[in-house]
Amino acid sequence: MASDGSNKFPRQAGSGTARRRGGAKAAPEWADGLKQLYDAVVEEDLPDQFLDLLAKLDEQEMPPQGRGGSSSSGQGDAR
Amino acid sequence: MSESDPATPLRSAQDKADFKRQLTAVVPHLRAFARGLCGRPDMADDLVQETMLKAWAAQDRFEPGTSMRAWTFVILRNAYLTDMRRNRFRGEYDEGVAERILTAPAGQEEPIHLSDLHRALLTLPAERREALLLVGAGGFSYEEAAAICGCAVGTIKSRVGRARAALSEMLASGNIPQRSVDDATAHRAILEELDAVSGGYMGSPDDGDEDY
Repeated sequence: MASDGSNKFPRQAGSGTARRRGGAKAAPEWADGLKQLYDAVVEEDLPDQFLDLLAKLDEQEMPPQGRGGSSSSGQGDAR
Repeated sequence: MSESDPATPLRSAQDKADFKRQLTAVVPHLRAFARGLCGRPDMADDLVQETMLKAWAAQDRFEPGTSMRAWTFVILRNAYLTDMRRNRFRGEYDEGVAERILTAPAGQEEPIHLSDLHRALLTLPAERREALLLVGAGGFSYEEAAAICGCAVGTIKSRVGRARAALSEMLASGNIPQRSVDDATAHRAILEELDAVSGGYMGSPDDGDEDY
């Protein structure tokens, strides 16, 4: 793959001559790559297992009869 | 457990719905952070599920209006450190999977060999790796990262600086250790270091619970 072994990180189009900056203060060339690593995962489609898990947790929390609330609320206080 | 603390307001159905919505929204970020911490996507996703369960169980401790991402990152980080100690993760790096996942998204001109970067990242000590991930990839401020890791801002700055220097060095020289965590000595050193690192918890103001 990386036949040249040195140009492995993304460059802006047109900045093909970019060189390693000597200064330690400048953002290193790979800094962008680090964000890409992160963003690439963020932008992946979320596998169903995660949504399934949330749905399951939600069901546990709210048993079906507690949801509507219409049948139980009218009785105690209306008299 | 002093759940009946009168100062704790009862959470409304709206709070709970908000919590679920916000937790759902940060799951992709949890996956990204976990992927950076442990090299293997399958393990990273296990870690995320574990984090979601713990976050759900601890949702009464989440303060509405604060950052769900920061809050869940603390939980994920602690779960990771615990699992590391139990030897579940050894910083293993699955070359094939990483190659597939970490190459450039379609549309980029050159193939981006982020796999080198990721591999180099995984050779860093855990404390520097997470600091760099939080600041350099996750976009947290130094202050936020310090809160997540439970350490001083200056400590985070220093860790990020060292991590950057080490990565720059490795990537410039092309000298990326294959698996620095593979041998027993290195692994023991990592565990010792984890013990030092895991002292930090962001901790909610009203309890000293270290159990999440």
